[in-house]
Amino acid sequence: MSEHYYNSKDLAKFGNIADFQKELGEKFFSYYSEVFKDSELSAREKSLIALAVAHAVQCPYCIDAYSSDAFEKGWSEGQMMEAVHVAAAIRGGASLVHGVQMMNKVKEIAM
Amino acid sequence: MRSLKAQHSSLADAHEQVAIIERGRTGDFALVPFQQNLEGSNLYPLKPTEVQIFQVNIGKMCNQVCKHCHVDAGPDRKEIMTRETMQRCLDVLQANDQLQTVDITGGAPEMNPDFRWFVEEVSKLKRNIIVRCNLTIILANKKYHDLPLFYKEHNAEVVSSLPFYTQDRTDRQRGNGVFEDSIKALQMLNDVGYGKEGTDLQLNLVYNPAGAFLPPSQQALEKEYKQALKQRFGIDFNNLYVITNMPISRYLDYLLTSGNYEAYMEKLVNAYNPVAALNVMCRNTISVGWDGYLYDCDFNQMLELKVHCQGQHISDFNIADLNNREIITGQHCYGCTAGSGSSCGGAVA
Repeated sequence: MSEHYYNSKDLAKFGNIADFQKELGEKFFSYYSEVFKDSELSAREKSLIALAVAHAVQCPYCIDAYSSDAFEKGWSEGQMMEAVHVAAAIRGGASLVHGVQMMNKVKEIAM
Repeated sequence: MRSLKAQHSSLADAHEQVAIIERGRTGDFALVPFQQNLEGSNLYPLKPTEVQIFQVNIGKMCNQVCKHCHVDAGPDRKEIMTRETMQRCLDVLQANDQLQTVDITGGAPEMNPDFRWFVEEVSKLKRNIIVRCNLTIILANKKYHDLPLFYKEHNAEVVSSLPFYTQDRTDRQRGNGVFEDSIKALQMLNDVGYGKEGTDLQLNLVYNPAGAFLPPSQQALEKEYKQALKQRFGIDFNNLYVITNMPISRYLDYLLTSGNYEAYMEKLVNAYNPVAALNVMCRNTISVGWDGYLYDCDFNQMLELKVHCQGQHISDFNIADLNNREIITGQHCYGCTAGSGSSCGGAVA
């Protein structure tokens, strides 16, 4: 058992998930590579979206991978941080919008 | 910033560089040997297809001190090619019709006092001329302001580094103020017709990563460069070449001091592409050093790995021997075979 749940070297072993379930693993990686190709959105734009989502789902492997990928694809530090703020705003907004639910409930029970 | 040589850095020594590239700093950094990958691709020993490109490095003197420079060029470097050696190059060109392209590089080749004479003489031999111009040299001194017209007069293809279409990344790699001067120089080249539609004056730009990472897709990046440079500065150019930084000289120094060396080398090795290996530039190029010695490429030149055949100097140039030689390879060659590959003309796969 490793000392930490997350190990940065495990990122390079991502492809190994197909060892335990070949068919689903291969289907996933085929789909994954198709998603990130240039299409209606460019591969460059998708990389920045992936960076923001990586922060939203707080996946350290994804943050590692897409920080490098987005920078390699020419996004600046400022642009990348703005993308992280978009993720933060959505996550923050997702909490705050439930404040309406809280308000509704309080109004329902309050005199 | 000064050159590694001026700083008396141990990395100014080519043998020290080769030792680190082959075995790492501590001598125990083992990656798949490049030769093993070549063998797997049925390319070992690596042999030339046919030497057609005659690349001449006419000196290490430069007005810039870029952080990634594999030549360790700079204003403090005084090694430049003499007119006598240039004449020997011209003699070789005269005797060998198959050397159709003459690729002139440096340093800033324009700083060699015999640069214009050499270009004029090559031009008389009716060869394709490439000048690797760093752009800022055009503005560095009044005597260089007419370079765009000089290039035009000799129909030279101009290949220029512009690491990115934004100031921050460019200046971080090439020094403060380089981006602004590069933009002005590109506009001067456009003004005489370079990169413009309806002329055959070729202006090609070179992207190389400003950090420890590999270049993105050449095709996609060219589109972005064209859009950004046109919109922001009204600049036109023909092609963008994306080039991978080689773990040599000042870039090697950067990798070591920033702690990125091992990860970068692993990245290069993992991205080995047999198609890129098949098309590496050393198979059709011969590189001449400022002192007339012959090398498989500009990188082997900086590592002082002379060609593996009898005639190792321009005065003993023998095209048949060179076409039959074994190209010297090492771990640094992964820089040319990673991903889409890398050459003086950009991606190769």
